[in-house]
Amino acid sequence: MTQPVSKTSVLAGMTSRALVIAALVVIVAACLPMVLSSYQVGLATEVLIFGVLAMSIDILAGFAGRTSLGHGAIFGVSTYVVVYATGQAGLSPWAGFALGVLAATAVASVFALLAVRTSGVYFPLLTLALGMIVWGVCLRWTQVTGGENGMRADVRPAALMSHSAFYWAVLAGAVVVSFAMWRFVRSPFGLTLRGIRDSESRMRSLGYNVPLHLFIGFTVSGIFAGIAGGLYAMFNNFVSPSTVALAQSVEGVLMMIAGGVGTLFGAFVGAAAIIVLENIVSSYTERWLMVLGITFVLIMIFAPEGIIGKLRAITSRKVR
Amino acid sequence: MSLFQLLNGLTFAALLFVVASGFTLIFGLLRIVNLAHGALYLFGGYIGYSVAVKTGSFVLGGIGAMAAIAAIGFVLDQGLLRFVRGNELRQVLLTLGVAFFLNDLALVIWGGDSFTVPIPEMLRGGTRVFGTFYPIYRLFVLGMGIFVFIGLWVLLNHTRLGALIRAGVDDAEMVEASGVNIRRVFLFTFLFGSALAGLGGLMGGAFLSLYPSADAEILTFSLAVVIIGGRGSLVGVGVGSLLVGLLNTLGQVMFPELAYFVIFGPMAVLLAFRPLGLFGRAT
Repeated sequence: MTQPVSKTSVLAGMTSRALVIAALVVIVAACLPMVLSSYQVGLATEVLIFGVLAMSIDILAGFAGRTSLGHGAIFGVSTYVVVYATGQAGLSPWAGFALGVLAATAVASVFALLAVRTSGVYFPLLTLALGMIVWGVCLRWTQVTGGENGMRADVRPAALMSHSAFYWAVLAGAVVVSFAMWRFVRSPFGLTLRGIRDSESRMRSLGYNVPLHLFIGFTVSGIFAGIAGGLYAMFNNFVSPSTVALAQSVEGVLMMIAGGVGTLFGAFVGAAAIIVLENIVSSYTERWLMVLGITFVLIMIFAPEGIIGKLRAITSRKVR
Repeated sequence: MSLFQLLNGLTFAALLFVVASGFTLIFGLLRIVNLAHGALYLFGGYIGYSVAVKTGSFVLGGIGAMAAIAAIGFVLDQGLLRFVRGNELRQVLLTLGVAFFLNDLALVIWGGDSFTVPIPEMLRGGTRVFGTFYPIYRLFVLGMGIFVFIGLWVLLNHTRLGALIRAGVDDAEMVEASGVNIRRVFLFTFLFGSALAGLGGLMGGAFLSLYPSADAEILTFSLAVVIIGGRGSLVGVGVGSLLVGLLNTLGQVMFPELAYFVIFGPMAVLLAFRPLGLFGRAT
């Protein structure tokens, strides 16, 4: 499992300390199926998948200063396409997965075309409205999407049937994708996005094509959201309108914020926190959405810098 | 499109206007994007339904819905939003959290069944409009939309409060500096805008019925209206509502399953040419 990290690090220019930490985290993560129950391995798989989704949102929110409330829809389009392609159209899981990511990228590029025209608070507003339109179509277009009942299909390839095998596959995917995103935001292109976040007008007067950069940033972020969505299709073997619903986008954003905006890898911490919370809450009550809403309000009021940022602030205060 | 469908589009536009005008008032003046507006609509509808069924009076249902939603708006503004003032994104996400909370709370209180607010005796049945038989209640909704439009027009353009609101939209600090308690104007606007959502919930609840995902649908339409019409403009909301209402009806007639796409088109075209909406101004 450490292979991808050590091999790619030559290209990355990671500091040796960061490399050691990353390798340790991946080794620990890879060992998890040996100590956890199969139910908990399922949860860990979910954490990885949603961590990737939250990271894809963080590319825009943390590095381009644009918080998307429509990524759940991009994610869900991929899930829908993967389930439809393997279930109804009879394609192989891999072809279905590729089609799903492709569809998500296409949807993301349409979102991006419109969203780059807006700034400030209009951006979340517009992405939210676009995501809702996708949701409305998935809900109403019953012949294709199965409407409210959704669709079921055995998407998972035979080799990945066991919980641990699938977990390891997702972990490998998450490592590769995380690395790709990390490289993306540290590339000259990613630095331009940061420049746009800090001052759009300055970047424009320096001669950068701001809308084009945002368009590409959004589309790339959509690819990653699509990968997460495709993995989710394999994880769940089922898709319904709730996969593309606003709650999905909101959960992704909440995970991203809980992990810390602009921290990228914090997304996994946020995803773990929210998913563990969801499971604890769900074992006591059916009112998860209510708790999600309250969590959102509390984090916005008390810890908008995220759980990690909050802890860091508290500990540094204690040290002083 | 037949006259019947045209009237359907117009009455839906009237409902959208009532809901979206509250949204845009708050958005325009306070710079708060209240994503809980859809949930306030649904809550208002449910409360109006309960009051109307208990008392047998549609009017009392309307008053109850508006008062209750204004009260929720008060808690939302004074209890929660005050902690995140000045940060647009945190406000947006906070109201989103409140929307989830309210939606789930409504599910606990009223369950997942769909309800239709009882229409008063006077407004039941149909009448002939240019030779087409049409339900009276929907004409009443159309009338209410026009009434709210005129009421808001008079309020904004011919009263002192309206002048303060308009001045606040342009430059809140200057208004405050000239000795006006702009906080109070802000609060009033927030409560009033929320109450309009509640009223819309009752009106819509009587012909679109109330069900757990109705809040998300009405929120999408309201967002489309505001994105098309532009922030804080009454005429913008009017035009946006007409466009979205008519297009949605047209979409339902022509491609019933993909009706949502039809409102997406004009939004896309508009954003390409006027990112701030038809009547929006840069600030």
